[in-house]
Amino acid sequence: MYKRDEPLKIRNIKNGISIDHIDAGKAPQVLRILGIDENFKDSVTLAMNVFSHKMKKKDIVKVENRDLDVEEINKIAIVAPNATINWIKDFKVVRKEKVKLPKEIVSIIKCPNPSCVSNKEREPITSVFYVKRNKNVRLVCKYCEREIGIDEIKDLL
Amino acid sequence: MEWSKKHIISIREFTREEIDFVLEKSEVMEKKLSAEKKLDLMKGKILALMFFEPSTRTRMSFEAAMKKLGGEVIGFGSSEITSEQKGETIADAVRVIEGYADIIVIRHSAEGSARLASEFVSIPVINGGDGSNQHPTQTLLDLYTIKKEFKQIDGLSIGIVGDLKYGRTVHSLTDALMKYDVKLVFVSPPELRMPRRLISELKEKGVGVKETTKLSALKGCDVIYVTRIQRERFPDPQEYERVKGTYVIDSTIVEKLKPEAIIMHPLPRVSEISPEVDKTPHARYFQQAKNGIPVRATLLCLVSGIKI
Repeated sequence: MYKRDEPLKIRNIKNGISIDHIDAGKAPQVLRILGIDENFKDSVTLAMNVFSHKMKKKDIVKVENRDLDVEEINKIAIVAPNATINWIKDFKVVRKEKVKLPKEIVSIIKCPNPSCVSNKEREPITSVFYVKRNKNVRLVCKYCEREIGIDEIKDLL
Repeated sequence: MEWSKKHIISIREFTREEIDFVLEKSEVMEKKLSAEKKLDLMKGKILALMFFEPSTRTRMSFEAAMKKLGGEVIGFGSSEITSEQKGETIADAVRVIEGYADIIVIRHSAEGSARLASEFVSIPVINGGDGSNQHPTQTLLDLYTIKKEFKQIDGLSIGIVGDLKYGRTVHSLTDALMKYDVKLVFVSPPELRMPRRLISELKEKGVGVKETTKLSALKGCDVIYVTRIQRERFPDPQEYERVKGTYVIDSTIVEKLKPEAIIMHPLPRVSEISPEVDKTPHARYFQQAKNGIPVRATLLCLVSGIKI
């Protein structure tokens, strides 16, 4: 792990996105959301469990020549609710955005309740979760009304 | 209050004012039904009962309620005789039935099935029980029974006994009771305690909660709501027999209750209330089942936009 006084050396990218303040250990999930696997051709930088003033430990993902759409940003918000996204052009940050959980998460999370009608085969509906905020973020399935924590999400659709 | 709910899916969507409105109207309905035996408020309307799971009380009381309102009833009572066996989706089944009826009551083991149904039809849908999720009409008749007895729900101490972990009836009832100023006493074996989600929600709302394994905690309660402990919840049959024998309301428990306390049960009961209790002035479970008629008749009228 990086110490406080050590500079964090991650190569800057020319064009693309840099996702910072990812909760420690969640970077692989972010890569999965972005569809980055062994077939991805552009450069990807991944840092895990590096020092952070704000979070103590964090992950960072930088991807060359890549943009993000709203759905991907919403998915990232679920696994890494503190993440910040920087859009980079010619080595400069042209836009910066903190991810925000929407009030409703549509077609992203598979309900972990096997008896939920949203998991029933061939029913023409999609999963919908309402975001409830108290101390921690909790999600409530529109159909079975079961409440789950972020850590209970097993599958993203 | 103007009634605006088209569907009755979950008690969680009801405000306290809406619950109170249903209870007030149910009282009016009960008087009307006892005065006239049969009304014609729903004359010319057809109620479809889509029971993919077996049910006696809910199905028959909806049927009786509709008939007392002058309406007609069609439907089925088991998935074996339905198109579901042929692979039809719930979404398709309700759209077909929409062509035959004016209101649908649906019971299905899939949780959220009633909400799904309500999204595919333009006629009112009433949830007759969706798996272990919700059974809102049962909750409303439970509350009606309590209110009828004590004139109000606020200020009461309510003990809930039995399977508090899996029982949808007790979850729905707890969801509704947290809208009132009540004290709740939960009595269950440790493995069947009330879900933590509901306990923390009750505490956030400032509802007084006591959780215990001892039936003696019921002695100060105004209402004792008993539920069945199901054998299939226990991997060890011996453990089930032990627990089952521990949570029985019999004359020794009844003797210690407040004189005005009432005992309720959503029925069917097995052995959790001993038959000797039936004759005591505390027993209300048969009256409670009977209250399903005015409450369900009220709901049928309200979702149809018929004034009571």
